[in-house]
Amino acid sequence: MVKLTPGRFGAGRKTGRLDAGPSLFSERARSGLTLLVALLVAFPVAAVAWIALTGGIGANWQHLWETVLPGYVLNSIKLAVLVGIGVFLAGTACAWLVTMHDFPGARFFEWALLLPLAMPAYVVAFVYTDLLEYAGPVQGGLRDLFGWQTPRDYWFPEIRSLGGAAFVMTMSFFPYVYLLARTAFLEQSLCALEVSRTLGCTKWDAFRRVALPLAWPSIMVGIMLCLMETLSDFGVVDLFSVQTLTTGLFNVWLVMGDAAGGAQIALVLLVFIAGLVWLERRGRIRRAYYVQTSRMRAPPRRKLSGWLGTGASLLCFLPFFCGFLLPAAILVRLSGARLSDALSLDFAALVVRSVTLGGVAALLCVAVAVGLTYSTRLGVSRPAALAARAASFGYAVPGAVLAIGVLVPFGFFDRTVNGFMEGVFGVSVGLILSGTVAALLFAYLVRFLTLAHGTVESGLKRVRPSLDMAARTLGRGATGTLRDVHLPLIRGSLLTAILLVFVDVMKELPATLVLRPFNFDTLATTAYSLAADERFAEAALPSLAIAMAGLLPVLFISRAITKARDFGASPETEVLM
Amino acid sequence: MTADMKSHRRKRRLAVLLIGTAAMAAGFLLGEIRSVSAEEAGQVDVYSYRQPYLMEPLFEAFTEETGIKVNMVYAKAGLLERLKAEGEAGPADMFLTADLPRLVEVQEAGFAAPVMTDTLSANIPAQYHEEEGRWWGLTQRARVVYASADRVPKGELTSYLGLADEKWKGRICIRPGDHPYNLGLTAAMIARHGEERTKEWLRGVKANLARKPQGNDRAQVKAIYEGQCDLAIGNTYYMGKMLADPEQRKWAEAAYIIFPDQDGAGAHVNISGATVLEGADNREEAVALLEFLSGDKAQEIYAQSNYEYPVKPGVPWSDTVKSWGEFKADTVDLAVIADLHDEALKLVNEVDFNAGS
Repeated sequence: MVKLTPGRFGAGRKTGRLDAGPSLFSERARSGLTLLVALLVAFPVAAVAWIALTGGIGANWQHLWETVLPGYVLNSIKLAVLVGIGVFLAGTACAWLVTMHDFPGARFFEWALLLPLAMPAYVVAFVYTDLLEYAGPVQGGLRDLFGWQTPRDYWFPEIRSLGGAAFVMTMSFFPYVYLLARTAFLEQSLCALEVSRTLGCTKWDAFRRVALPLAWPSIMVGIMLCLMETLSDFGVVDLFSVQTLTTGLFNVWLVMGDAAGGAQIALVLLVFIAGLVWLERRGRIRRAYYVQTSRMRAPPRRKLSGWLGTGASLLCFLPFFCGFLLPAAILVRLSGARLSDALSLDFAALVVRSVTLGGVAALLCVAVAVGLTYSTRLGVSRPAALAARAASFGYAVPGAVLAIGVLVPFGFFDRTVNGFMEGVFGVSVGLILSGTVAALLFAYLVRFLTLAHGTVESGLKRVRPSLDMAARTLGRGATGTLRDVHLPLIRGSLLTAILLVFVDVMKELPATLVLRPFNFDTLATTAYSLAADERFAEAALPSLAIAMAGLLPVLFISRAITKARDFGASPETEVLM
Repeated sequence: MTADMKSHRRKRRLAVLLIGTAAMAAGFLLGEIRSVSAEEAGQVDVYSYRQPYLMEPLFEAFTEETGIKVNMVYAKAGLLERLKAEGEAGPADMFLTADLPRLVEVQEAGFAAPVMTDTLSANIPAQYHEEEGRWWGLTQRARVVYASADRVPKGELTSYLGLADEKWKGRICIRPGDHPYNLGLTAAMIARHGEERTKEWLRGVKANLARKPQGNDRAQVKAIYEGQCDLAIGNTYYMGKMLADPEQRKWAEAAYIIFPDQDGAGAHVNISGATVLEGADNREEAVALLEFLSGDKAQEIYAQSNYEYPVKPGVPWSDTVKSWGEFKADTVDLAVIADLHDEALKLVNEVDFNAGS
């Protein structure tokens, strides 16, 4: 029968094991499979590291280090710090207001604050450049108003600058923090907050000393995601002419044709991010908080009226306006005359292809994430657990570099197979995987697994181990427990993971451009090609379509999260508990 | 009981959803893979750094004439890396670029196959192709100076070196120095004046910049129109494209073209071109496409719709291009410029050109 080994389980490092018994794979098989999948996903990143480490230090490094690289590194750090602070403030403040308070528009902002996720950062950057640059309508209007003639007559913040890039990225990425902070606030037991109030905390203290530390791990995960996006971004910094590590990387790799040098810079970036992740995890282990009670009560919303209410509305409106409403409005205006094109068959085909690609990639990522997380929960060997962790670094690698990391092993595999077939059977089969949708999907898996993995993992961690044990005692095997207990319980996390990956795949550009099959266009590549041809008005339509396609799942997910608010009271969970 | 039934229903719904999604995904994948691997005769597969909307009319004309279908992957960067990973077994038959250095990179990586036919050598003069036909230039464009029609009297600037003159302080706009077009110009300056003098020149131009290098060539002309700067550096064909655009026409009309160094070595020209790849499955079709692109019909499309200078002698320039007048072009060996590409980037980095003045 099922054998249970009690131990510390689920929270922090795992030492205890829950033997799966005969119903699932043995621990060794499970470890092997986990290791295999994780290594497969980690392969492209490893390929980049391999190119970097075997390349030797070329003359280009020295040249770069003596000239521009220190400045690039500094810019990357500045950008990361600014965006980190920005997304923390915007994401946490909005989440706290919306979750715990009632003010005009609160219900609307609950989901509306997720919408900036659907808007590609490079599109937002483009819209703001058009609006705020010297030749744009804002400065032009000011000049007309005050009679200024040249740029020397007045001062105006330059949008194509580090500050401008930080602003655009903050407005595009803060929903990650908002999403995770909100989920964390919702799941906090109200008791903790109430107890703190009876112990004499003010409302602000209750937030600062109880709610924030409890939600901190989730908030940090959000900030980390934003930082990875920031450091691997090329589109925004390229448009704004802000020289970062990514700029240096592209110069070395693609202009100087020095693959090793480029890979080395990518590796520096990766080590930087791994360091951040490690610091964050260490911090979390040292300050572990657990919610002891299982009796969740939906937190009542405090009513904010008068000035406070207006202030809260305004505070939530601002990031929503900057990150979604304004860019969307401008895109609608730009594409206005061409909206009829949206009805064309070609355009419909484009939408279907993008949505299907995003959907398939999202399901793939979530399936792999559930597999990795659950097998780790059941207990796997240490190398397998480590590999599962390493599998999530693809997010920190710039898309174009990752594409090359995918090309190298795929190309090697294909050439080997082709060589074998030619040698043995005398027929050339060509390349089986390179340049197919499979390569593209694999790249998405590698790049976006982190999003799914982090979300699913945090969801599964909150399911108490006693539930596993109860299910096992009642005769469910490991698979049965997953199907009947875990998956229904973490439904919200699963949906969130699917949404995040879907929306990101819709927006992804550099890897898609390089890896795609012949004559294969998505909404993102079409928008890009049109913009490259300076047909901005036409590029607005597919850009808008990307945002619109993201809207639906965003609404869906937001509803699911709000429903989770009533978690404790639902009859289904009563039965399960 | 109720909960049990509910969960049962939910499970069934989930199963239907999952199976449905899986079926859709499988169908989608199969369809995509099949459409890719359907490598019948009468196709040619192209990797292109040139924009799809420029190439499509040319490809359509080719297909109409020969019945051969053209498949394309377009990207701004990274296609050479894809080629390297795929090797000669890869599907690509031809590589198109917007500048020569990247064509030479393909050659140096060993992927450029020699192609020499009577049609090609009759259409394209010797200085625009590699000796054995490993790459062929298809169009040329000059990198010139745009000057404000109101604020820069004719004749005030005559050379590239003049851009470093102090009188232009705070008056010049340019796109980032590490863009291939600017690297090409810098490489040409190195070929002409040597490294030291070119570095001095870059420093001087940087000191004269009105703003940090940013945007593309058109954005510089827009900045002249808006009064942000008086001189800008750009490729000739953008002028034609702006004149043809109702919204951008006014930008172009605010500026005129100066062909520099007309008393000296001539204006810097670069070429866009193509190469047929080693191990091409559809070599015959690829050669046919290359010949077509060098022929009258294609050269005229290039000239009329993209305002470039055709490489084939005798093909008429577009009226817009004619209005800028004849000019003397730099005759330095294009391969030399491609070789100096890395040096150029190093100089640009050394003076930290992109930081602006």
